[in-house]
Amino acid sequence: MSPLAAGLVQVGILFAALAVVYRPLGDYMARVFTAKSHLRVERAIYRFARINPDAEQKWSTYAYGVLGFSFVGIVFLYVIQRAQSLLPWNFDRGNVPEGMAFNTAISFVANTNWQSYVPEAVMGHAVQMAGLTVQNFVSAAVGLAVAIALVRGFVRHQTDRLGNFWVDLVRGTTRILLPIAFIGAIVLIALGVTMSLKSGVDVDGQVVANAPVASQEVIKELGTNGGGVLNANSAHPFENPNEWTNLLEIFLILVVPVALTRTFGQLVGDKKQGYVLLGVMGVIWTAMLGVIWAAEANGLRPLEGKELRFGIPGSAIFADATTGTSTGAVNSLHDSYTGLGGGATLLNMLFGEMTPGGVGTGLYSILVMAIIAMFLAGLMVGRTPEYLGKKLGRKEVTAAAVSILAMPTVLLIGAGIAAILPSTRAALNNPGEHGLSEVLYAYASASNNNGSAFAGITVTSDWFQSSLGLCMLFGRFIPIIAVLALAGSLAAQKKVPVTAGTLPTTGPLFATLLTGAIVLVAALTFVPALALGPIAEALL
Amino acid sequence: MNNFLKQSWAGLRILLALTVLLGVLYPLSVWGISRIPGLHANAEATDTTLVAVPREGDRYFAPRPSAATLPASGGSNKGELNEDYTKVVAERRTAVAQREGVPESQVPQDAVTASGSGLDPHISPEYAALQVPRVARASGLPVERVRELVSASTSGTFTTTVNVTALNRAVDSAAQNNGR
Repeated sequence: MSPLAAGLVQVGILFAALAVVYRPLGDYMARVFTAKSHLRVERAIYRFARINPDAEQKWSTYAYGVLGFSFVGIVFLYVIQRAQSLLPWNFDRGNVPEGMAFNTAISFVANTNWQSYVPEAVMGHAVQMAGLTVQNFVSAAVGLAVAIALVRGFVRHQTDRLGNFWVDLVRGTTRILLPIAFIGAIVLIALGVTMSLKSGVDVDGQVVANAPVASQEVIKELGTNGGGVLNANSAHPFENPNEWTNLLEIFLILVVPVALTRTFGQLVGDKKQGYVLLGVMGVIWTAMLGVIWAAEANGLRPLEGKELRFGIPGSAIFADATTGTSTGAVNSLHDSYTGLGGGATLLNMLFGEMTPGGVGTGLYSILVMAIIAMFLAGLMVGRTPEYLGKKLGRKEVTAAAVSILAMPTVLLIGAGIAAILPSTRAALNNPGEHGLSEVLYAYASASNNNGSAFAGITVTSDWFQSSLGLCMLFGRFIPIIAVLALAGSLAAQKKVPVTAGTLPTTGPLFATLLTGAIVLVAALTFVPALALGPIAEALL
Repeated sequence: MNNFLKQSWAGLRILLALTVLLGVLYPLSVWGISRIPGLHANAEATDTTLVAVPREGDRYFAPRPSAATLPASGGSNKGELNEDYTKVVAERRTAVAQREGVPESQVPQDAVTASGSGLDPHISPEYAALQVPRVARASGLPVERVRELVSASTSGTFTTTVNVTALNRAVDSAAQNNGR
């Protein structure tokens, strides 16, 4: 097969598979978050935690739940890394150093999965399973819960109750992520992914590290996490041994964020509202795929950092999926991409991770952007904007603006300081414009909770560990608090009746407005920085 | 602050319960399932052909260059405008051309670029064909026989590749049978 045909066939299979599960999964997720009864295992968890699952929470309590749960998650993950030498299967890898443990704890709780460590040398199987895998599940479930809370803000009227965070968290885990992950892990094993409790395996006289890969691999993709079980991440043949595992992993990355648009349509009682979001996500995603693929196919060293079994299309599709969501897993090294191709993966993150974005985070981010788009439209025609039957007043637009601006703020401050620090030069793996791209990519990845890297940059200094850690923290939780406040003030409102003056939000006009808002906000914020890095490089 | 502490306490208990479920029961049951005979020939990757490491001697096919430091995996992360790395790639090209006795223009891309994992088990059919005469010479096998071994290790649905690890083991056993 020619590379072009091979790539188109792969994209076709991927789209077909997503289309098949779109309705059933989307509808199922809607039922999960509206069902009245609890599973037995869920009841056991609520009893153990002494929680009343039938009590609903105000937005502030919901937010405290998210923050409290994430806070103890960070502390727990930090402690078990620092005490690794006491845990089984540590293979004398010792305790994880302080700065690295701090960064990694935040990274996995914030659904970023930025990795400043080489797993084969640093992480034993116990931390990988009981620490990192657990956060792979629950950090995704937190994103899901926040998205559902925001949707409830639109659906409910004149109430101060948004649901119960613990119930949303547990259900997202036990009813959505765990069953899919369990089946996915078995399929991955059947297709050749390894699952070993040993530290490594002898291959023709040399030791190659091995791990319990399959169980973590599947949730790494499904939860849009991205932290590799092994250093080379999904480029490693043990994580991603062939073309079919590659397609399955790309599918797993996209499936929940894509199907959530259907869930949204179901919950707001108008499926077209979901389709229009999916359309916007799909158009931007596909356009970016075209850019990455074409740029890589015409590179000077197209195979550097890529695996031969995936080829250029298989690498480009993965790169677009991983940066268009908040995943950050890689099956090829973005650092070795062309100026244009690598720049496109960076831009994908700078769109704010909503094409289609991470599990839950993609949906709430694009809904926030929809509010911004309606606000802009309202300014143009001089009317108070409305969306889904709710007025977008000062409170709502302020919350949306805070949520949108948090990421660029921490990103540009962090990258700006890093760029002028004298110590940064020694951390770079490439000279010139590409060096700046490495810095920019690192802060974009951290602030957007993506986790992929132009991985040549050495980020083990105290400055990078702490500043990137803070970017991940603020990039995750400032938008979450703003989104929950937004949900609270939407839920408190009365429903506004649809009139002749209401701008319909299901047609091409709205889709264009929303696409324009996504592209323009990113362009206005980041063109100066991009011009000095990837754009300069692409023109050289 | 009170509410935050109260929620954190509930969160800790939820986290512990979920850690048992997701961090212990889930991975260990997946591991248990991976032991079911017939599901996976090789969950432990014993004698695996999933990865390639370079082997000493002219009788073996060379895999792609690697930037990994075993037992860890990894790539070069070098950008395409990195001039120092361009020199490295040029040196590799010269070395491969000399080793195989062909002009540099015949050396394919995969022979001079490092893969993402540093363990890429595959080379292109072109790179394999380039190495056939040398391997035949050094192993004492007829060129035709080596070509057969190459095509037996060639596969792929979307991209056609040659598995070097499987191929080198096939060369070994063919050479042994040949010697007998």
